[in-house]
Amino acid sequence: MVQDRERNVEDLHLANLTKMFGDVAAVDDLTLTIPAGSFFALLGASGCGKTTTLRMVAGLEDPTSGRISIGEKDITSLRAFQRQVNTVFQSYALFPHLDIFENVAFGLRRRGVKKVEPAVNAMLELVELAPMARRKPNQLSGGQQQRVAVARALINEPDVLLLDEPLGALDLKLRRQMQIELKRIQTEVGTTFVHVTHDQEEAMTMADTIAVMNAGRIEQLGDPASIYELPRTVFVANFLGQSNLFAGTRVSTDASMIEVLANGIKFLVPTERNCATGDEVIVGIRPEKMTVLDLPDREKIPSGNNTLEGTVVDVSYAGVSTQYLITLSWGQNITVFEQNVIVGDRSSVGEQVLVHWSPEHTFGLAGGETLLATTAQAIAAGV
Amino acid sequence: MVAVVPATAAKGTVVTQRKSRTGYFLLLPGMTWLAIFFAIPFVTLFMTSLQAPVAGKSGQYTPAFQLSNYPDALAEYWPQFMRSFIYAGIATALALLIAYPLAYFIAFKAGRWRALMLVLVIAPSFASFLLRTYAWKTILADEGFITTFFNYLHLLPDDRILNTGIAVIAGLTYNFLPFMILPLYAALEKIDPRLLEASNDLYASAFATFRKITWPLSLPGVVAGTLLTFIPATGDYINSELLGSTQDRMIGNVIQTNFIEFRDYPTASALSFVLMAAILVLVFTYIRRAGTEDLV
Repeated sequence: MVQDRERNVEDLHLANLTKMFGDVAAVDDLTLTIPAGSFFALLGASGCGKTTTLRMVAGLEDPTSGRISIGEKDITSLRAFQRQVNTVFQSYALFPHLDIFENVAFGLRRRGVKKVEPAVNAMLELVELAPMARRKPNQLSGGQQQRVAVARALINEPDVLLLDEPLGALDLKLRRQMQIELKRIQTEVGTTFVHVTHDQEEAMTMADTIAVMNAGRIEQLGDPASIYELPRTVFVANFLGQSNLFAGTRVSTDASMIEVLANGIKFLVPTERNCATGDEVIVGIRPEKMTVLDLPDREKIPSGNNTLEGTVVDVSYAGVSTQYLITLSWGQNITVFEQNVIVGDRSSVGEQVLVHWSPEHTFGLAGGETLLATTAQAIAAGV
Repeated sequence: MVAVVPATAAKGTVVTQRKSRTGYFLLLPGMTWLAIFFAIPFVTLFMTSLQAPVAGKSGQYTPAFQLSNYPDALAEYWPQFMRSFIYAGIATALALLIAYPLAYFIAFKAGRWRALMLVLVIAPSFASFLLRTYAWKTILADEGFITTFFNYLHLLPDDRILNTGIAVIAGLTYNFLPFMILPLYAALEKIDPRLLEASNDLYASAFATFRKITWPLSLPGVVAGTLLTFIPATGDYINSELLGSTQDRMIGNVIQTNFIEFRDYPTASALSFVLMAAILVLVFTYIRRAGTEDLV
């Protein structure tokens, strides 16, 4: 079986990797180590350079400068067919004239493996497609084709498996199913998976480590929870989930908390959750960390919580939660998600409300960035 | 029995009927054309091929069932038959060798020059077929630079090209080349470049990728191109007439002479039928061997 194979997986290193298209740097001085055996997601909006990075690792695109190595072995100058790296293409790119068996056997045959049947059958077993071996790709559903593409790449026991938006063409339900399926396969075979996607939810569900890319550079790298809970740039705060951001100035600092004055309101931010070095600080808070209260309930707010006052301009009920759009006195709109725990207790449009949250959820970003710079991009990517 | 048919089923039948009638209307112009210009001449030609000569009157024939016209015609003209297939075969092979790299280049490498190159492929067709073949008379003339060049290298058995089989094959290759290039281009252009990347990613070198992906996927174009070249080239008589000697006559010339000069209509008709049958047999075996019905 596949998981019993003796494998010697090694880390994938990208060093100062740059790709220029004309004057534009699609990938800009990227340095990154992807640990062996991890499920790594490169997350970013379209055009951020994530696919170009992937294609350079596959050998389908030559880097302008920089190095790619697996373990100690420099593979930068190797051609695509000489690399122990395989790709699951966005469109699957299954060979239409070959049946499923031959599609999966393709890599083995090219490397001169004589007896391919046992390996191909085991691989078709792994992706649960054994009965389809003699079908042609166009006789399979999208999800099945996707699994063939995975099997065709994995059978070669690559050092790194690259997945280029592999679930993009599937409908939502199938996508969820395949996310679990891919995760299972990855755990079973233990190969390093590098997954390129613009879908932040997909990245968070599947990957151990996420690198958020923007304009050819990595904005932040870490496990899904820590990136989400503590974004380090405005782009990450807006692209990975949503954030409410307030630009202000630091007025005091002590060991545990800093105080930021923004639009005449004081916000408390835990010192270790503030990454701004200067006095210009952007205060951020995730919408689901906030609570909406009616004006008379002001005394229910725990002391020390950050508090805002505003008018509800939109309420949308989304089953598990209700989304409020609230306008603050200086015209800024904020979003608040409230779990629908209590039936019927909802604020309505036009109502004056209080919004509060605990400082421990608040994060501080370096000031001087525009708060909405990346929102349009994030919307375009379907966030 | 009629009563048990549910109303919905009856309704459904009406709908399908209306649909299929539209289909027949669409076929009508084409079928009429075929009937007038193919089916009827086909039958008269067949009847002519069985006619017997009227004794003492040359060029006059009477309806008969003289099957011996066929073996007689074959016995007399089989060398021209063989020559036609050999010349057409060589011309088709040469056209494929020239057209494939060109079509590949246009489909994958030409970029923004693609449209211009396709226009250039068909541009010679703006001049008449006859005119282009006459031009080859000049190109291959005994004092022309091509003949002089090959003679300098002592490569020509007869010290000339014009009025030899080489000239006929060259003319056939040239004249039918666009019919090879265009279907090849259409087949190659349809190949998703990502398939080539995928093959490359799966340990196939550029050559292995061509052999395992590009070539099999372009087979429908190869089959279409070779048929579109081979079939008309076999029956062609202009190239042989203008560029060859009497030693290089093809079956087209024989049929033409028998019809127009000797007025031996039964022999000419019988030869036409044998040619048609031979091509049909060849084409069917070829398509079987190429296995195109298996391809997308």
